[in-house]
Amino acid sequence: MIFQEILQLVRKDIQLELRERYAINSLLLYISSTIFICYLSFSLSGQNLPQPTWNTLFWIIMLFSSIHTISKSFGNEQLSRFYYYYYLSSPEAIILAKIIYNTILLSLIALMGLGLYSLVLGYPVQDHALFLLNLVLGTLGFSGTLTLISGISAKAGNNMTLMSILSFPIIIPMLLMLIRVSKQAMDGLDRSVSWDELLNLMGLNFIVIALSYLLFPYIWRS
Amino acid sequence: MKGKWWKYLCIVLIFYTLIMGLLGKVPRLAIVNEGIRNLYFHVPMWFGMILILLMSVIYSIRYLRSGNMVDDIWAAESTQVGMIMGILGIITGMMWAQYTWGTYWHGDPKQNGAAIGLLIYFAYSILRGAIQDEQQRGRISAVYNIFAYACLIPLLFILPRLTDSMHPGSGGNPGFNTYDLDRNMRLVFYPSIIAWTLLGWWIVSLRARLRIVEEHLQEEKLEETFAD
Repeated sequence: MIFQEILQLVRKDIQLELRERYAINSLLLYISSTIFICYLSFSLSGQNLPQPTWNTLFWIIMLFSSIHTISKSFGNEQLSRFYYYYYLSSPEAIILAKIIYNTILLSLIALMGLGLYSLVLGYPVQDHALFLLNLVLGTLGFSGTLTLISGISAKAGNNMTLMSILSFPIIIPMLLMLIRVSKQAMDGLDRSVSWDELLNLMGLNFIVIALSYLLFPYIWRS
Repeated sequence: MKGKWWKYLCIVLIFYTLIMGLLGKVPRLAIVNEGIRNLYFHVPMWFGMILILLMSVIYSIRYLRSGNMVDDIWAAESTQVGMIMGILGIITGMMWAQYTWGTYWHGDPKQNGAAIGLLIYFAYSILRGAIQDEQQRGRISAVYNIFAYACLIPLLFILPRLTDSMHPGSGGNPGFNTYDLDRNMRLVFYPSIIAWTLLGWWIVSLRARLRIVEEHLQEEKLEETFAD
């Protein structure tokens, strides 16, 4: 039952998005402008960034774009429609649907962002599969953590500052793990080196999604 | 008299920690020298902080289940005291770092982890300030409190693993257990953890009870004005 509900809600979100094309376009422009600003600010003419800088900068851009993307999760629907949909379905289905939808949206943005980022700043990655797996785990983790925070900040007046200060400290462990695995993928180290971190990341993702599932009903009902 | 025994225990242990901690016998070690006495003051702050924040999470869970405002007050006051212990832990740690490692802020992963932990709880108090309605504030901040604590714990385990720490027991440094925490020190160190944690909890209970009394007084005042 809950699976069907989730599926319906995800489909609703995707259809809304395809109809309006507002969020995805504005986000793509957001991430492209950010990348272009970074490219111009480093004023590299032809030569590449040092590898750790490339890696860290990429993840920081991803972090800010994710926070920007997900902060709109619970704010952009009209109030009447909002009530209509959400009194029809259970809060557990809503949060899981939002997490899935946000993961899809973030993965799209991450892939396009990575494309543009590689175009202007180079692509010094050796282990492509590991890098992409890490990227997917990252988008899943970001959307798992930030969707609940976005619900919290929506209930507390929906301001962007609150969203950022609530999410920055919480996301740090995940961000550090992601940066580490992604650096190992860049250096093309043996996969067994990253296995430990990947397990930790999956564990973290599981914890944040399970907690979101358990805790979201309480903020929803208020 | 019943239920007060832990306060007497706390007073006894605090004086024991202060007297034995400052005058007791400690091993003479290079570099740390007398600084090793900070073990009785710096380390227990962290134990106390983690335990008191755990109590705060327990009260938050209780609040979500019961909706009783008293639980929310206890949870909020616990985070306040937990934060104060965290700040004291950072200050004592910085002083220790200055005399043994040479700089106040060493970029040590545990130091950074502590700073991030404080950021989380500063954000928590800002969140509380941002919501006007009492029930809603209680519920939303309880959710954030539980979520944040669950994310803080992996942080404390993951960060030190990512980079080498200069703290004993990590990054190839031997732990205190292995060589320099001799029997005499243990006799003061374990009681000191209990002492500072109990003191923190005592402060929490005083502050929470004061807040509850204040709320009652305010309600009575409101009722009087409406009655007139």
